Amino acid sequence: MAGVVAVVLGLLLLLGSPGGSTGPPRDSLREELLLSPLPSGDLAATFQFRARWDSELHREGVSHYRLFPKALGQLISKFLVRELHLSLTQGFWRTRTWGQPYLQAPAGAELWVWFQDSVTDVDKAWKELSNILSGTFCASLNFIDSTNTVTPTASFKPLGLANVTDHHLLRYAVLPREVVCTENLTPWKKLLPCGSKAGLAVLLKAERLFHTSYHSQAVHIRPICRDASCLSVSWELRQTLTVVFDAFSIGQGKRDWSLFKMFSRTVTEACPLASESKIYVDISSKTQENELLEVTPLPLSVHEASVQGDRRTYAVYDLLSPSLFNVSRSLNVQLKWKRPQDSLDLSTPVLHAQRYVSGYGLQTGEISTLIYNTHPYRAFPVILLETVPWYLRLYVHTLVITTKGKENKPSYIHYQPAQDRRRPHLLEMLIQLPANSVTKITIQFERALLKWTEYTPDPNHGFYVSPSVLSALVPSVIAMKPEDAEQSPLFTSLFPSSDGSSYFVRLYTEPLLVNLPTPDFSMPYNVICLTCTVVAVCYGSFYNLLTRTFHVEEPSSGGLAKRLANIIRKVRGVPPL
Amino acid sequence: MGLLSDPYRRRALSRLILRLNTPLCILSYLAGLGWFLGLASPPFTLRSYMSENAMGSTMVEEQFVFGERALSYAREFAGHRKKVGGIPVAWLEKTMWNLGLEVYKQPFSRTLPFPDEMRERYMVKGTNVYGILRAPRAASTESLVLSVPCSTGQHNSQAVGLMLALASYFRGQIYWAKDIIFLVNEHDLIGMEAWLEAYHDVNVTEVLSSGCWAGLEAIPRQPVSVGARDVQSPLDVAVGGLGTGAGWPNLDLCTTFPDAFCRKLNGCCAPLQGRLQRTDWDTLPAYVHSLQTLLLMVLKQGSGRPQGDHGLFLRYHIEAITVRGINSFRQYKYDMGTVGKTLEGMFRKLNNLLERLHQSYFFYLLPSLARFVSIGVYMPAFGFLILILVLKALDLWMKLSKCDVGPEEQVCDGDRSAAHAAAEESRPGLLTLVPPLLICHAMGLTLYFLPVLGQHVATQHFPVSESEAVVLTVIAIYVAGLALPHNTHRVLTGCGSERSWMTLKLLSLLYLAMLLGCITLINFSLGFLLAVTMVPVAAIIQPKGPKYLYAVLLVLVTPAVTLLLSIVLYQELIEYPISALECWQLFLQAVSEGLLDHYLYGSIVFPFIALFVYPCWLLLWNVLFWK
Repeated sequence: MAGVVAVVLGLLLLLGSPGGSTGPPRDSLREELLLSPLPSGDLAATFQFRARWDSELHREGVSHYRLFPKALGQLISKFLVRELHLSLTQGFWRTRTWGQPYLQAPAGAELWVWFQDSVTDVDKAWKELSNILSGTFCASLNFIDSTNTVTPTASFKPLGLANVTDHHLLRYAVLPREVVCTENLTPWKKLLPCGSKAGLAVLLKAERLFHTSYHSQAVHIRPICRDASCLSVSWELRQTLTVVFDAFSIGQGKRDWSLFKMFSRTVTEACPLASESKIYVDISSKTQENELLEVTPLPLSVHEASVQGDRRTYAVYDLLSPSLFNVSRSLNVQLKWKRPQDSLDLSTPVLHAQRYVSGYGLQTGEISTLIYNTHPYRAFPVILLETVPWYLRLYVHTLVITTKGKENKPSYIHYQPAQDRRRPHLLEMLIQLPANSVTKITIQFERALLKWTEYTPDPNHGFYVSPSVLSALVPSVIAMKPEDAEQSPLFTSLFPSSDGSSYFVRLYTEPLLVNLPTPDFSMPYNVICLTCTVVAVCYGSFYNLLTRTFHVEEPSSGGLAKRLANIIRKVRGVPPL
Repeated sequence: MGLLSDPYRRRALSRLILRLNTPLCILSYLAGLGWFLGLASPPFTLRSYMSENAMGSTMVEEQFVFGERALSYAREFAGHRKKVGGIPVAWLEKTMWNLGLEVYKQPFSRTLPFPDEMRERYMVKGTNVYGILRAPRAASTESLVLSVPCSTGQHNSQAVGLMLALASYFRGQIYWAKDIIFLVNEHDLIGMEAWLEAYHDVNVTEVLSSGCWAGLEAIPRQPVSVGARDVQSPLDVAVGGLGTGAGWPNLDLCTTFPDAFCRKLNGCCAPLQGRLQRTDWDTLPAYVHSLQTLLLMVLKQGSGRPQGDHGLFLRYHIEAITVRGINSFRQYKYDMGTVGKTLEGMFRKLNNLLERLHQSYFFYLLPSLARFVSIGVYMPAFGFLILILVLKALDLWMKLSKCDVGPEEQVCDGDRSAAHAAAEESRPGLLTLVPPLLICHAMGLTLYFLPVLGQHVATQHFPVSESEAVVLTVIAIYVAGLALPHNTHRVLTGCGSERSWMTLKLLSLLYLAMLLGCITLINFSLGFLLAVTMVPVAAIIQPKGPKYLYAVLLVLVTPAVTLLLSIVLYQELIEYPISALECWQLFLQAVSEGLLDHYLYGSIVFPFIALFVYPCWLLLWNVLFWK
């Protein structure tokens, strides 16, 4: 027994001294802020914090955590999670005016998890995992149950290292009604090694972050290759946060910005634990003349990258380089437009979509999805995933896909019909989008009547339908050269790009708000019961009276049988009939 | 029910009904009429109150100060409008874009079934321009609509100016939870209908709209529309449904506006139906005043016409009201700042709503904005009128079943063979009812379809315009129906008996009761107007007695004459009396408008009258001339 204890202690000691003097540190932290002006003039700020740990989390006995948060590490080892993606979003990324996002998330809460193939009861693990995450992030993830969980077959592939793609190990759920606020931000910030004390995280001041048009925070955990030979596994935790500042209302019509104006803070130092800490500012402009905008202070270096099929230029501020803080003690990046830009026609992104409910009345309706491919000459396929709650009864025979007035047959359809109160509809399709086209997908539904206890406390608000998901490999306009993932900025390296000619895009459409037939809850008994009773009684009796005639029956001697019976009764001594 | 199933008591009861039938009917009619007239007085009306807590009067503090900017926008808009000679689409787009809105336009076209001579339009082409203020941190699931109609002419420029000023003020605020759509629609109602149909992606009335629906993503589902019209002072709240069964806007919405408005102006309340409100309640002039307001509302609602753009929203279950300025010469005029503040207050209250407006009444009458009559209170007035038909029908039924007629019922009960004979006789009697029923309804179908289908034939053979041709065809077919009884008799054989006209009358009384009952549920005013005229005459007519007096009475209560009388009453109520010729002109106009309302906006008054009420009336006419 003592021997075992000694071995365990030894193991702990060994793990407890990461690197030490013998080797490189076994975990590392990179932090990064990307500031990109959007086509509409607004400004998107994307924070990424990446903790990487060269450790086998699934092995027993890992108990010493340094940069990797213990709360999440334990989850992974307990539930045998292979990949975990959680996002909490308030607002909606408007692809049409804001362009393709680096990392889009649906409005509300989204959680998708790949489990290890050694998990026996995936549903049980999923249930427990979502409940624990609910506590960790103060979100209503405990409302994830079988009525909103699906198992997509094609839309969600593992992003990290994986040799199993058996989709039965995948669970996906969206809670479109989830409201995101500071109580979700605080636990998210606590997962950072520096908290919000130092580094880029000092900018994360809740008061300013929630004064924006869009706020999305996410946690991505995945296994990655430890080195180029890929013989062993490292774990990567990415915490991302995207906010979009409304330049119009902040700048009173002007579209200039600075870090202080947006976050009411400036950066003074890098996180001491971070091995890399950088701020990127997108200074590429659509026109060739680069003199439209001006960044101060002057960037120390400029990084050129091809992102999302486009060549971009970024000004880089490396917070770890000492020359940055030579002049002033704090860094306040500013951007000024030299000319006011006004243009009615925005350049629309290659792929965007919109979704709405059409029709009126409370009996039937139609869900319409419009998918735009604005690429001038390349067609590409897109995978569409629709999850519709059971109380909208989809009629799959009414599914119509039209492109340019012609029917467009999907090359792959996976449809799983709903079961009342048990599971939602799942519809996955692979649709080919011709070049420069709009594809309209319509499907009709019927609104179900719920039981009166199944209505939410505010039934007249309506019921949410989660956004549909579009996944596509969009052909790029320019040729992209593959880059080393470890060296390139973080925002380019979450989705693996297959080859140089196309890039991966995942888009979410708007959630829908649908009204169901709702009883008047103010006085159901008075109205329904009383009225029905009165109508039933009156109708019955009046019908009776109107259809029957009444005659006074004269007492008669009766037939032969009755006479016989009376004789028998007389014999028996009972009174006659 | 034991009372009725006991034959002896039942006989007594039916004898009572038979004997007291006429007095009961008269009493019931008077009670119905009295009840209706009483609706305008305090015991029947309730004080308006706000059911929705989020819409309470102290929930927001308005800060709109752009009154001057609104006027300058209005001047600029009027200038560009004059230059372009229509709605200045490009200028509107540019201005809205500079305000920071997402701007879209929607071209539409619509060919009317026949030319509208009053507004001089036939093939309508127009463009709606709308800008969307995207609510930050929301996913475009709900929205509010502020629409300003901008038809030809120079009206309503101030409303556009105010809308733009409001848009620029709203854009700077962070608290919006619902998208706000600022819409300028051309060709008032047609443009509105085109926009609404594109918005819901449906095609109800053949409007061809082309172009992008791009802005209408994620159909927002809490839209509340406030339409603004020429904003001079004071403002008028138009409440009134389109007779499509959608009812009225929620009472909460109607009360928000005057509530906010009165608070701001210390007692000068918003007028209703173009009439300023009185503050006292218990005097006779006050009663007369509110009765006049009530009658105006009933007449307007009975016509089934949308009283403003908001009428079209109701079909889609969108609560909406129209706010309209009256060009008056009264002392107090409100400046743009005040009106803007009021609208701002409304929008912010609606923005605070968590659910659709559902708490307050959907069916009500408004004798004044501060008081209302709920459906439970006004329905008895109609119930009393319908009771007459039921009583008369019972009377006929008992007479027909012969058993309880008069003092000789003992004979009847005993004499089986007589009853048997009667039953024998009634069977062919029922068969004779089929031809008049069919012919009357065929007449109704002709009235509904022929005028519009046959307009080209009519214009070829007669020197009239299309619109006149349609109206005159309607009237001609209507009048031609009066000759029916003489023609139907040729079809009928062996119909001379007493029983058959009684059966026909019984049938038409029940039919009328059912029709009126149905229409009253969705449009009380129309049902009540028809009932108060048709019911008493329908009850008394019979082929015996003073036939020509009956004929005159029956012609007087035909829906067409009711329409004519309603026009006269309406003109009297708005204190604008007219001569007989003018009245006839208005009548012709009303007929063509009724047809257009049906074809353009889906109003159900014309088909209801043509397909159901008119045939029913013809059945009664048949009863009168039964031989």
